[in-house]
Amino acid sequence: MHIVVCIKQVPDSAQIRVHPVTNTIMRQGVPAIINPFDLFALEEALRLKDKYGARVTVMSMGPAQAEEAMKKALSFGANDAILVSDKIFAGADTLATSYALAAAIRKLDETRPVDIVFTGKQTIDGDTAQVGPGLAIRLNAQLLTYVSKIRGIDAATREIVVERRAEGGVQVLASKMPCVVTMLEGSNEMRFATMPDMFRAARFDVQHWNRDAAGIEDIKQVGLKGSPTVVAKVFAPSPKAVKAEMIPGETPAAQCTALVDRLFAEHPKLAADLLKHLDSLNHSPEAAR
Amino acid sequence: MSDVLDNPNPPLKKKRRGQMDPKYAAYKGVWVFVEHERGALHPVSLELLGKGRQLADKLGVDLAGVVLGPNDPSSRDFCAQAMHYGADLCYLIADDLLRDYRNQPYTKALTDLVNTFQPEIVLLGATTQGRDLAGSVATTLLTGLTADCTGLEIDMEDRSLLSSRPTFGGSLMCTIVNLNMRPQMATARPRVFAVPEPDPARSGRIVEHPLGMNEDEIVTKVVDFIPDNLQDKPQLAFADFIVAGGRGMAKAENFQLVFDLAKTLGAETGASRPVTHAGWVDAERQVGQSGKTVRPKLYIAAGISGAVQHRVGMEGSDVTVAINNDPNAPIFDFSNYGLLGDAMTLLPALNAAFASRLAAERKLAGGGTPPSPATDVAQQEEVSL
Repeated sequence: MHIVVCIKQVPDSAQIRVHPVTNTIMRQGVPAIINPFDLFALEEALRLKDKYGARVTVMSMGPAQAEEAMKKALSFGANDAILVSDKIFAGADTLATSYALAAAIRKLDETRPVDIVFTGKQTIDGDTAQVGPGLAIRLNAQLLTYVSKIRGIDAATREIVVERRAEGGVQVLASKMPCVVTMLEGSNEMRFATMPDMFRAARFDVQHWNRDAAGIEDIKQVGLKGSPTVVAKVFAPSPKAVKAEMIPGETPAAQCTALVDRLFAEHPKLAADLLKHLDSLNHSPEAAR
Repeated sequence: MSDVLDNPNPPLKKKRRGQMDPKYAAYKGVWVFVEHERGALHPVSLELLGKGRQLADKLGVDLAGVVLGPNDPSSRDFCAQAMHYGADLCYLIADDLLRDYRNQPYTKALTDLVNTFQPEIVLLGATTQGRDLAGSVATTLLTGLTADCTGLEIDMEDRSLLSSRPTFGGSLMCTIVNLNMRPQMATARPRVFAVPEPDPARSGRIVEHPLGMNEDEIVTKVVDFIPDNLQDKPQLAFADFIVAGGRGMAKAENFQLVFDLAKTLGAETGASRPVTHAGWVDAERQVGQSGKTVRPKLYIAAGISGAVQHRVGMEGSDVTVAINNDPNAPIFDFSNYGLLGDAMTLLPALNAAFASRLAAERKLAGGGTPPSPATDVAQQEEVSL
């Protein structure tokens, strides 16, 4: 079994700050990490490696610096790493990204057929959740998104049974490989890297594939050229016309009493709804707790 | 993407790369994908019909609902409902293969409809179903798709769809356009747009189309569906009253003060991203771009600074009260009332003030037992120490 795990190196968005006066993104010192959602995909792949002896190749499209993320993935136990990297890929939206990654996966498939492509449910910098579905279409593979659990794989029949997060419940799906699986967060916990794997990763020669190595023929479909969407502007949302009215008071108690009085006086409908709501809770068995 | 923003509201930059294929000139109309699961219509579709109606009116075109479902009365009923909520007509593929959501037949169905009837805009809910389907259809059509929008407008200059969403991890907003391809596709977060008033007298025509598929062509089978036990989960999205806490609560134990006020108000408890990331409360309680979008009647935010990614999740609230010790916290820019001070002191005071006012109101109404400020230890288990 051959598994490809698609990962992305992203800025740690929890640490991105906007300058309060100039509205400038303060990028300095923001560390680059493996997209946290992709770690659930990597761990799930490594579990299949442990269980079925699968081979795990990590793949990423990104600049040369993304090699650091590849080495990190190798240190967790991936067998191989391919960084799909070419200046021509710059400015890609999700459509152009899935084109380039799918081309590289097909190329890899020529020498070692790929059974499952894993990826996180979305990235923390783009939050689109679109590359997974895009890959499945381009690879003509089954798409299994928001998977919370892999129940089992039958290598002989090529069947895979998964639990998928749906609206209002969990779908249990029986599908076939090849497939693209996007993993839900919290579905597993990333293992610790072992010493030998850390040493192996440090010495590992990560493959860099440019557009030719990735077998990309149509350069009009990659990078900025291959991206139908354009960011027309970036802006800070404007404050509402009226700023919050600050409620003063000698003491916290006075402040709060004044606020509640204002709420009840200025929003009688809200006050009535709140009382009605509390009455309905009182009449329900819930209130007995 | 521009790095520096000297101007808080810069003009749109639309650098056209090449020209739009003339064949797309025929693409007309706004479509809303009507989502259902297990026989129930998803409310996000009604919200999108409301928004879609505005966009269609601005463009002077029809608004259509798209229903993919089993060949039984439920599918026609979804069409009727879409019309009540603003659609002029519905496109329907009724086939029992479409009873449960599955990527392959749904992708074929929606792609075929788009290629046959050629809409200029297609909107879907940013749900697990909508995002799964939208990504597949957009890639098949090779058109642009904007995910998780919080704003949808029309630029009348060239009739293009302006899709706005948070960017840079939710610290700024961006507006995305799809210049050369049609349809323009977008998914929108549930609860971002208001549900319009239905008009049961509204009706329209239903355009039926065949699926043209056999079960043996569909690889993936649904073998089971395990419904969620709704009692186990906080129902934030539809709560009318929410008390939320942020990083300003300083530590997990203090979050009990948020739960206490929520108890007095019969409210749901929400949290900002740093709080759920720190594990103080369950991730299900997160309000914001990467959590839930809410539209309560009252939203009380304690110790929440008001980053864009939180703001987009709660700005549909009717009345917002912000508690923060920083007078420059952005949350005060989009709240109705502000309490400047320490949340750890103000929350118990607010709890007492609400409790005594509610008791007085009930006495006036002559019924009910007066509530005391709630400090329920049973809630304590929610907080991992």
